[in-house]
Amino acid sequence: MEEELKEIARKIRINIVKQVYLARSGHPGGSLSIADILAVLYFKEMNVDSANPKMEDRDRLVLSKGHCAPALYATLALKGFFDIKELDKFRKVGSILQGHPDMKKIPGIDMTTGSLGQGLSAANGMAIAGKLDNKNYRVYAILGDGEIEEGQIWEAAMASSKYKLDNLCVFVDNNNLQIDGTIDKVINPYPIDKKFENFGFNVININGHEIKEIEDALNRAKECKGKPTAIIAKTIKGKGVSFMENKVEWHGKAPNEEEYKLAIQELGGNENEL
Amino acid sequence: MNYNEKKATRQSYGEELAEIGIDENVVVLDADLSSATKTNIFAKKYPNRFFDVGIAEQNMMSMAAGLATCGKIPYASTFAIFAAGRAYDQIRNSICYPNLNVKICATHAGVTVGEDGATHQMLEDLSLMRTLPNMTVMCTSDDTQTKWAVRKIKEINGPVYLRLCRLSTPKIYEEENFEIGKGIQIGDGTDATVIATGVTVSEAIKAMEELKERGINIRVIDMHTIKPIDKDIIIKSAKETKKIITVEDHNIIGGLGGAVCEVLCQEYPTKVIRMGINDSFGISGNAEELLKYFKIDKDSIIENIIKE
Repeated sequence: MEEELKEIARKIRINIVKQVYLARSGHPGGSLSIADILAVLYFKEMNVDSANPKMEDRDRLVLSKGHCAPALYATLALKGFFDIKELDKFRKVGSILQGHPDMKKIPGIDMTTGSLGQGLSAANGMAIAGKLDNKNYRVYAILGDGEIEEGQIWEAAMASSKYKLDNLCVFVDNNNLQIDGTIDKVINPYPIDKKFENFGFNVININGHEIKEIEDALNRAKECKGKPTAIIAKTIKGKGVSFMENKVEWHGKAPNEEEYKLAIQELGGNENEL
Repeated sequence: MNYNEKKATRQSYGEELAEIGIDENVVVLDADLSSATKTNIFAKKYPNRFFDVGIAEQNMMSMAAGLATCGKIPYASTFAIFAAGRAYDQIRNSICYPNLNVKICATHAGVTVGEDGATHQMLEDLSLMRTLPNMTVMCTSDDTQTKWAVRKIKEINGPVYLRLCRLSTPKIYEEENFEIGKGIQIGDGTDATVIATGVTVSEAIKAMEELKERGINIRVIDMHTIKPIDKDIIIKSAKETKKIITVEDHNIIGGLGGAVCEVLCQEYPTKVIRMGINDSFGISGNAEELLKYFKIDKDSIIENIIKE
């Protein structure tokens, strides 16, 4: 299973780079850093059905860091929510694949996001609805580590805790970079784990690129009753493409043709996958 | 109009909300103002479906959005300044863009908030809310109409902004004979049309009654729906009466006056006198006195009609 998930994460990464290259815009860095998490969530953990994307009892995911849509789009396409060829039209006029996730246009998107800081609140709402309706579904939210500088995240965190949302599991993609530099230099939201702990979360620190660690953390989150879980995932921005790794300039830039070919090669891509 | 039976629209809202709570999909959110917004009546009756998120309006709006994605019908309340103002981006991006079924019921709008003063007197909400695609914008004038609206907006599958007030105003209607998007014509005078919304409707009716004694016959239009605006009734009145006056407890820019002008400039060019807060902030004071101070009271309406 672990090897299969690794292979899926690799395919997600190839399709991230391809989307951004063809769109000539988009956000490769933070998309590549969450590929492993998405692979585990959608291909092992979450109860979703691509044939019935609005299934009432499904698990839900809010990509609060909505600019990393290429990662989620690649995942949903690989999972069969829509034709993988649609990825080639990412960010183009007439495509369902908007620059940021749009729940009204794209099958499998549970919440429209893009304006940072709002996704955890929406996830709270979904988790509360689940509790009101006595449903067993779980709600996942993926936050950026820069994104948690938004005050609304902490408003939401207080609410997750107040309402004892143990059906809610938050990932913080801790790649340590935001547009203006490293997160500690820009404003410093560290220590992230202690902050969530103080806001009443069950906190788990992991390496966000280790499939096993992601799986274990998800299991521990499910076992925790009476409070929400925050998984602080240490990641590498641009993971998998050497020249993008830990480079802030790849936050929101498309590769040129040469860089694209090199990136695909590094990701072990071949002609059939393009 | 019954001058003795006065009630604030926020009170009517709270009472009716507790009634519609019989629908189990209705959930109510508030941001530490439930005793002022009157959502506390619902809270008492249905505690498990009431969510006080604390002084955190941004979270409240996006949380309401999340609830709506799961089939709930959230009514989210706080003061208008904190709803349309502080949480504007959440309303825009988390509610209106995905067209989610959230009812934003914002109380304490306008200068009639009174003593709290400018920081709490929302004068731009109609303007901000009506420029948002998918949004229905309403501003009700009395107890009967507000109760109807609170119930009726539940049937709209999409976002609604309902503007409510703190000041107690007279009961205007005995019967619920309303339709969303349709203004109500009161009187059929042809000397002038006064288009009002919310707290200014009763002022306009008082002006109409007093003018009648002086031999001047006007009509009043209660424009309870600001978006979609009732074009037909505006054009008809422009054709049938000599002048059009709008009056609102809101900035004259972008609100009711703006909406009426947008219709007339394109459909039937007519001079419009916009009465309202003249591009300024409010001040502290008694609400009734502020109506006079900002010239949106009965006497100022009469003055404007006679002057023209």
